[in-house]
This record gives sequence, structure tokens and C-alpha cells, in this order.
Amino acid sequence: MTLDAVDVAFTEAAVGAGIATILMLATLAITSARQKPSEKRALAPMLAAVATGLVLAYGLADLPPFADPEAPAHRHVAPRYLNESAKEIGIPNVVTSVLASYRGYDTLGEVTVIFTAGVGVLVLIGRTRHRRRENDDE
Amino acid sequence: MSLLSEIFAYFNYWVVVILIMLGMYVVMANPNLVKKVIGLNIFQTAVFIFYISMGEIEGGTAPILDDAFTRYANPLPHVLILTAIVVGVATTALALALAVRIYRAYESVEEDEIDAEDARAEVQE
Repeated sequence: MTLDAVDVAFTEAAVGAGIATILMLATLAITSARQKPSEKRALAPMLAAVATGLVLAYGLADLPPFADPEAPAHRHVAPRYLNESAKEIGIPNVVTSVLASYRGYDTLGEVTVIFTAGVGVLVLIGRTRHRRRENDDE
Repeated sequence: MSLLSEIFAYFNYWVVVILIMLGMYVVMANPNLVKKVIGLNIFQTAVFIFYISMGEIEGGTAPILDDAFTRYANPLPHVLILTAIVVGVATTALALALAVRIYRAYESVEEDEIDAEDARAEVQE
């Protein structure tokens, strides 16, 4: 909690670490848990990753130092949320106020994304097994 | 001395850079589709850490209003990442469903085996 993000910590612990792990294990149970050893040397991806890392490291130089109170990110809408949300929304937890009220449309969009992903999962692996034979000759 | 403090002022961001490099490498280099998804998740987590680190303020506390505190962490990155975590799990589920579907069609989640199968099917046509 050194980053003061309690809500994010709880969500990540419950949703990120919990559900994602279950999904991952379920997939491994359905597919194969073992990977074939490959002798292919992956030089190009290594170079691409290192190049990206170098660009990011170059970009770090322009960031404000960690936990700097004068950083531009803290001088835009955040002070307004912190100062006015108690009056305007009336909940002590500012994260909840912003999530459900100031940025309610974001949350609506999030629900849309989850719904679409759920539909996609059902379409992909819901009840397609009986059609596999017909598609074999393609 | 000043170099050391310079490095520690950006410590979180260095971790982010390393995690992004790791995730990217796994996504590109690993032929196993499930492990590609894991690489994507590592990449995603790096972005989460980046945002949450940006929201931190020296001497601040969690953004829950109370008379005892006057300085709070920036709540906006927390909200964005809260949304991103949930969306990330949804996209992970979709990606894994794709992997399962591919496994049902090809009996494999290895990229090279799938490519070999495709090449064989093309020759047969």
C-alpha cells in the first residue's frame, strides 16, 4: 500500500489475481499443459524488446520524479475531485465518486466491453463443437 | 550519490520499463498461445504500475476523505486502472477462448504446429 491505491489493490487481488488465474488454469486444463521445446532462437523479438526498452528509458528522463506533488498530473482535475466531491457527491471515498459519478460513462463503456467479451467467449466456445466436422473439409 | 538518488527517484518507472520489455518479448518470441496471453498480461500489469505510480504524491494518503488528512494521492489514475483491470480480465478471457477454439480445431496451441497444419492443408488442396 505504499502507493496509496487501496481500491486498485483490492480489485487486482480479487479480479486480476483470482479470476484471471482460474481462467488461465481452465484453459491449461482444456488444452495441453506442456510446451514443446523449440530450438528456434528468437533474436528479432529480443532486439525489438530491447529497442522499445531503450526508447522508454529515454522517455523516462522527461517524467517528473516519483511522488512529485508538483507533477502536471496532479494539477488538472484531481484537486477538484478531492476538494468538491464531498460536497457534490457526499461519499468519503473519492475513487468511488469519480468512478460512479464524474466518470459514470467510462463505467458504462466498461460494462459494454465486458458484455461484448462475454458474448465473444460464448460465440467462440459456447456450442460450436457439433459443427466442427462440417468445417473439416474447408 | 546523486546518480543513486536519481535512479531511485525513477525506480517504479524502471520496473515498468523492464516489465514492458519482458512482456513484449514473451508475446513475440513464445510460440505457445497461452504463454503469449501471459506475456500480454505482464505488459498490461506494467501499464497499471505506471499509472498508479503517477498517482502517488509524497506524504499523501489513500484518497478517502477524512479530517485527519489534507494530502491525498491522485484518485483519477486509480479509477482508470480499476476500469482497466476489469477490462483486462475480459480481454484475457476472450483471448483464452480463442486459444481453446484453436486447440479444438488444430489439437495444438503451438504456433509452429498450427502453421505446419495450415501448410499441409494448402498442399492437399
